Amino acid sequence: MPDNPPLDTQESISAEIASIATAHEKAGPGPLLDYRPYRSSILRHPAFLPVQVEPEEVELAGPVFGARDVDPADADLTAQHPGEPLGERMIVTGRITDGTGRPVAGQLVEVWQANAAGRYAHSRDRHPAPLDPNFTGTGRCLTDADGWYRFVTIKPGPYPWRNHLNAWRPAHIHFSLFGRDFTERVVTQMYFPGDPLLPLDPIFGSIPDTAGQQRLLATYDHGVTRPEWSTGYRWDIVLTESRRTWTES
Amino acid sequence: MTESLPATPGQTVGPFFGLSLPYGGGPELVPPGTAGAIRLHGRVLDGAGEPVPDALLELWQTGPDGAVVQEPGSLNRDGWTFTGWGRAATDNAGHWSFSTLTPGPGRPGAAPFFALTVFARGLLDRLRTRIYLPGDSLPEDPLLSGLWPERRRTLIATAEPGGYAFDVVLQGADETVFLESRP
Repeated sequence: MPDNPPLDTQESISAEIASIATAHEKAGPGPLLDYRPYRSSILRHPAFLPVQVEPEEVELAGPVFGARDVDPADADLTAQHPGEPLGERMIVTGRITDGTGRPVAGQLVEVWQANAAGRYAHSRDRHPAPLDPNFTGTGRCLTDADGWYRFVTIKPGPYPWRNHLNAWRPAHIHFSLFGRDFTERVVTQMYFPGDPLLPLDPIFGSIPDTAGQQRLLATYDHGVTRPEWSTGYRWDIVLTESRRTWTES
Repeated sequence: MTESLPATPGQTVGPFFGLSLPYGGGPELVPPGTAGAIRLHGRVLDGAGEPVPDALLELWQTGPDGAVVQEPGSLNRDGWTFTGWGRAATDNAGHWSFSTLTPGPGRPGAAPFFALTVFARGLLDRLRTRIYLPGDSLPEDPLLSGLWPERRRTLIATAEPGGYAFDVVLQGADETVFLESRP
């Protein structure tokens, strides 16, 4: 079964990542969907190119979220249990705009992540690292009038997965984002600068464009860091459909 | 309009989105059994025809009058407000289901459809498509009329008692037509 091949080594996965990156130097900024180094994609990527269509009115709008949808307390992932979660407390904040720089205001941002030990509070996560009774790892907020979001959380740990032998995901936070319209909807992952696992990772590596990869890296921001309390990271997001999703035939 | 800023790339939703994204009432745009409620349901299938148990679908649609709905409350439904948006994860058999209303045509004479976004583990970026309702207005539709019949039929739901059935096929001969906006 192509979905369950004998486990490859990191060296062979890294060689695949490198050769595909060279072949797609001029690809768009988005990830390749047909990206064999990420083994789970083999049977789950479309083989046909997407069909280009003129968006209809409903697709040029999107769902509206408001105060009744989101509790402001949901933006603090460290305050959902009686005790403080273990790990490096951090603030992650940034501004969401469209492709012309206009703020995406009042829109829903959802996040989920592993705990400081690299374990998700999810039944399918079998990584033998401890769960943290004080950390679930899920939050949401609405952007303010100028497009800003802000979460308080702890820095997630890297964790192993079974894509290949000795495969480790770089630390990341999953982000779910709604733009001005339906076509701009995106789910992505925010990574941390300087993570040594990034060049080894076939999910991060599925973006052949290195400038595109850089757009998923947060920046350490000492202006966001709070004295005696938490570190701070800044990550700005641009939502526009012109990010192309590439599919190989 | 000048597009100057490059977009933030997408990444797979991964295997653990169940921690955060699905929520109570997500698939119920209207309570099942209310007047006018229909069931829209189906499966997500991979390139081997196997069900995909870790996919997430989002539905976005007009109201029965064809108007674009701009009402908050999708995450915390009051049972009365139709927001036009819902979210459903697939179950262990790759099956998903929404309780909703039949969308109306966005323009007079236009073919009504549900807009659908697809996420899954193994899918590196979201896909989007449309689910059309079977009916007379389909031949005039600008998208459907430009597709070969065997591709066109992947976008049209099957009517059944109480609603419609539609399978999302990620890969293969019956692969669903996925869409991107014309630049």
